[in-house]
Amino acid sequence: MRSGSTLETVLEAGKFAVTAELGPPKSADPQVIIDKANILKGHVDAVNITDNQTAIARMSSMAAAKLVIEQGLEPIMQMTCRDRNRLAMQADILGAAALGVKNLLCLTGDHQSFGNHPQSLGVFDLDSVTLVRMVRDMRDGPRFQCGEEIAFAPRLFIGAAANPYADPFPFRAIRLAKKVDAGIDFCQTQIIYNVEKFEEFMRQCRELGVTERCKILAGVAPLKSAGTARYMKNRVAGMDVPDELVERMSAAADPQDEGIDVCVEIIKRVKEIDGVAGVHIMAVEWESAVPEITKRAGLIPGSAS
Amino acid sequence: MITAERKPFDQIKTVTDQFENILVVGCNTCVAVCLTGGEKEAEILATQLRLQRQKDGIGGTVETVTVLRQCENEYVDAVAAQVAGKDLILSTACSIGPQLFADRFPQVRVAPAMNTNMLGVVKEHHVWTEYCAACGDCVIFNTGGICPIARCAKQLTNGPCGGSQDGHCEISKDIPCVWQLIYLKLASFGLEGNLSRISGPKDWSKANSGGPRTMKKEGFKP
Repeated sequence: MRSGSTLETVLEAGKFAVTAELGPPKSADPQVIIDKANILKGHVDAVNITDNQTAIARMSSMAAAKLVIEQGLEPIMQMTCRDRNRLAMQADILGAAALGVKNLLCLTGDHQSFGNHPQSLGVFDLDSVTLVRMVRDMRDGPRFQCGEEIAFAPRLFIGAAANPYADPFPFRAIRLAKKVDAGIDFCQTQIIYNVEKFEEFMRQCRELGVTERCKILAGVAPLKSAGTARYMKNRVAGMDVPDELVERMSAAADPQDEGIDVCVEIIKRVKEIDGVAGVHIMAVEWESAVPEITKRAGLIPGSAS
Repeated sequence: MITAERKPFDQIKTVTDQFENILVVGCNTCVAVCLTGGEKEAEILATQLRLQRQKDGIGGTVETVTVLRQCENEYVDAVAAQVAGKDLILSTACSIGPQLFADRFPQVRVAPAMNTNMLGVVKEHHVWTEYCAACGDCVIFNTGGICPIARCAKQLTNGPCGGSQDGHCEISKDIPCVWQLIYLKLASFGLEGNLSRISGPKDWSKANSGGPRTMKKEGFKP
């Protein structure tokens, strides 16, 4: 075991993993985290703690991860390259490991122009690939990026993101393979609405041997309304929402219920694809949907089975 | 070339209103080519200032002179006669110009009339685009002759990121995704497989992060 995390244990045992997302608040209120953690606890194996998601300043992912651990839930701490240089990142990686964080998701991060501080300096000292390599070396070297030895290594299960819908499409599986070469143990994908394209992406991943070396969790998210579907289709970079799905949401009598049904259908389809090791449910600011989704999909977290 | 744009007139006026005798100095190299700070533009600015100051009842003079390059001592020193008696040197060069005037004429106040923005190319008529970040460690042989440091919004060394769609950057449909361009260029040579290699982390000590840089040509004595 590289980290001894629940997520690693579940995936290594070949069980289907279920993860969700928990966004820290735009405040210093720990109760928000505690409440969200208690909605999700028992329904998932681990939760992603986002890091200044969409470049909006929030409670730090490390502090929120610690609060989540105190609630008996396992965090996957996200870390982006946008806000810190390699010195700060390594400090936070050591600190997070010391606080009991066992999963780290390495991301480049949304550009600062999307968020509420568009005048800030974008750091991008590293990118997601070189961040993964650095974390891998900190764990397995164990050494810092500069090459100096680390006396007590951070034991982390290392993850990254993959987007099958970004361009150029032929490069997407290759880019994931690059992250595997850099040292990831697992990845979570962008939200899947176009299952056919995801199937093709997975076929390429199998061909490159990615699925043998990396656990792939398929990203899914319930749509709340036709408006959300249209927004995601037209305004969110790297999203692929088929027209028929927008139409289905428009025609629904109870859009939230329909959104959950759509999500469950997608989970059932991706679960059958060779190489999919779990699902990552991104119900952003709609955590209460997660227990309903897992129930309707018949998903029992690997750690509970 | 170095590109620079003129500051808004109100900003220039706020500074120049505090001074009586002003010398507007044009620069006939980069900023002349990008039609913002050469001889003609320096004279236009001086005229604008004269008219405005007349209206505002501010006395004194606004003269102009243009040098070939404001980044070399000999050209800057050559206008000592015109600088004499002035309270302010207003430079229409990139920010190197006013800084060198401040060096060479330490008794005279200096102000920039321009905002320097990039090292770029003339993409099309009257459009300039950033091509170089002066990072001190050029990698473009590996990226099809296209710079990911200057031209990727996140300076990725292993792009494209998940925000690349339909050939444009996630931050704007008007900005091409440079990693898409790099991919296509390498693919045109059958070399897209090269992008499987991990690149970086980048050594930023060779860029401005390492502190202000000095370049010396070996074998030459000052």
